[in-house]
Amino acid sequence: MRKITYREALREALREEMRRDPSVFLLGEDIGRYWGGAFKVTDGLAEEFGDERVRDTPISESAIIGTAVGAAITGMRPVAEIMFGDLTALAMDQIANQAAKICYMFGGQAKCPLVIRTPFGAGVNIASHHSQSLEAWFMHVPGINVAVPSTPNDAKGLLKTAIRGENPVFFCEHKLLYPIEGEVPEEEYTIPFGVADVKREGADVTIVATLFMVHKALNAAAHLEKEDISVEVVDPRTLTPLDKQAMMKSVKKTGRIVVVSEDCKTAGVSAEIAAIIAEEAIDYLDAPIKRVAEPDTPIPFSPPLERYVIPDEKAIIKAVKEIA
Amino acid sequence: MAQNLEREKLIGMYRKMLEIRLFEEKVFELYGQNLVPGTIHLYAGQEAIAVGVCSNLGKDDYITSTHRGHGHCIAKGADLKRTMAEILGKETGYCKGKGGSMHIADFNIGMLGATAVVGAGLPIAVGAGLSIKLRKTDQIVACFFGEGASNQGTFHESINLASTWKLPVIFVCENNLYAMGTRQSIAMNVENIADRAVAYGIPGVVVDGNDVLAVYEAVQKGVERAKKGEGPTLIECKTYRQKGHSRVDPAKYRPKGEVEEWLARDPIKRLKEKLLQTNTLTKTEIQRIEKEVVTKIEEAVKFAIESPYPSSEEALEDVYA
Repeated sequence: MRKITYREALREALREEMRRDPSVFLLGEDIGRYWGGAFKVTDGLAEEFGDERVRDTPISESAIIGTAVGAAITGMRPVAEIMFGDLTALAMDQIANQAAKICYMFGGQAKCPLVIRTPFGAGVNIASHHSQSLEAWFMHVPGINVAVPSTPNDAKGLLKTAIRGENPVFFCEHKLLYPIEGEVPEEEYTIPFGVADVKREGADVTIVATLFMVHKALNAAAHLEKEDISVEVVDPRTLTPLDKQAMMKSVKKTGRIVVVSEDCKTAGVSAEIAAIIAEEAIDYLDAPIKRVAEPDTPIPFSPPLERYVIPDEKAIIKAVKEIA
Repeated sequence: MAQNLEREKLIGMYRKMLEIRLFEEKVFELYGQNLVPGTIHLYAGQEAIAVGVCSNLGKDDYITSTHRGHGHCIAKGADLKRTMAEILGKETGYCKGKGGSMHIADFNIGMLGATAVVGAGLPIAVGAGLSIKLRKTDQIVACFFGEGASNQGTFHESINLASTWKLPVIFVCENNLYAMGTRQSIAMNVENIADRAVAYGIPGVVVDGNDVLAVYEAVQKGVERAKKGEGPTLIECKTYRQKGHSRVDPAKYRPKGEVEEWLARDPIKRLKEKLLQTNTLTKTEIQRIEKEVVTKIEEAVKFAIESPYPSSEEALEDVYA
């Protein structure tokens, strides 16, 4: 199968959906013909679809999302880009109070088919305002779906599903994933929400991980194999809806689980997943649930400091060995 | 010209304004009987704005509304029964009882909903305007908000964007002098919100918000401009909130005599006098209209009171489409 990057996979999804459906359009800062997106995801799309459908906006995050909401409830399918995930804080009212609640508080009269794409994640030394992982904020708000693709294949299939759906989708990308290559079919496909993917089968310990942490978990698993520890890596692919069954199925087999997430440990993605396993699958566990996550600090700038707080293979291996 | 407005249109305006006023008086009364859960934000005194604006709009045009939104809904053509039922939290309400007084919507008539976050409706109106432009229809969006909202970032972000993209949006600022209990002069160093339009390169117009014909004419010009593709207009309607901010507010922060001064400029009273003076309507005809409106509201109240509350399980529906 052909290989393309995560960035190209996202661009293909946008291009295909824009060709398929004239109501799909893009808006965001520097996404148009002059820059092509800060991470070049939308590069070339303005040339194909024109400036009306690939709209450069002022630096007004609240208006970007609010405009997308207004367009979505009146028949369009906007895909808004927020340049860095950290900046979603500026648009939080429009995301959490408006987009997420419009269907519910108006008694199901309105649909808000809006996609918000944004990159999270540390690893490129751009410090506290451009490096966070805030997926959990959006998991906490009913009414939004949250996608967390870790591979080019998942990125394309999930983005197409997000654009075609009837609900707001918060689509998390990761800066370090954009250049990663992976197999992506040339033919048309979509990936449903709420269906996890077992990225590696194993028998002894389950690792649940998302986004860039999936790759670190796979590296850790390859290393542990040499020490005769067989690790299964489960990637939920969407946090809302969350495929509990897939995690449960894996835990039933292994009896051990490590949850790996790049966001802060307290009230984070790993906390929610660990709580679900504790609540619903404790009878299958042979060891305590382990979590590997960011230690509740802002993301520091200096490379050794940043490396210290972001979960790595060593931390994952250590956690696995503690319960294996 | 408004003076030449056809008789039916003028009578229609009077009827709508009266409907809003008497409807809300009823809501106030029902609140006192513990039939209205939560709180209410009454529109009394501002009826000329909703009606003056919506008289320029067709069914397909859009409005966005606020926590003080009953008047906007009724002016846009919402059904009184379903509006009252929603305010009472009943299953037959517009939002099945999930929205209440502060979140009424009727998407079938382009009423895109009331948001209770001050200033949050502006970017949504811009989005509806963008949608119109992209779909190439000749609809219009009217966006209602108060002078308090003009201090939110969304006001500035939204008008800048709508102006830059030349979107068909009428920004209607209802300046009723008070943002909850904060008088305008405490919160900003400009007298006219409309002056802020200069910063975004669009016309800013000040009108007497208690004169329905003045509002109607200003909006008409804004609509013409928008339909020519020239972009949005900011219309500031100077008005007064005759009641307190919400049901629990006795509004003691208002200087002596201010209420009386504004009551003398009551928009409904003024239109009524004009209709009589110009022989558009006789006293008997006015009484007949009043009677009809009262009957219609009584029917709405009966419908709302007799409607059942939603079943508990309804709370779990509609989280996702």
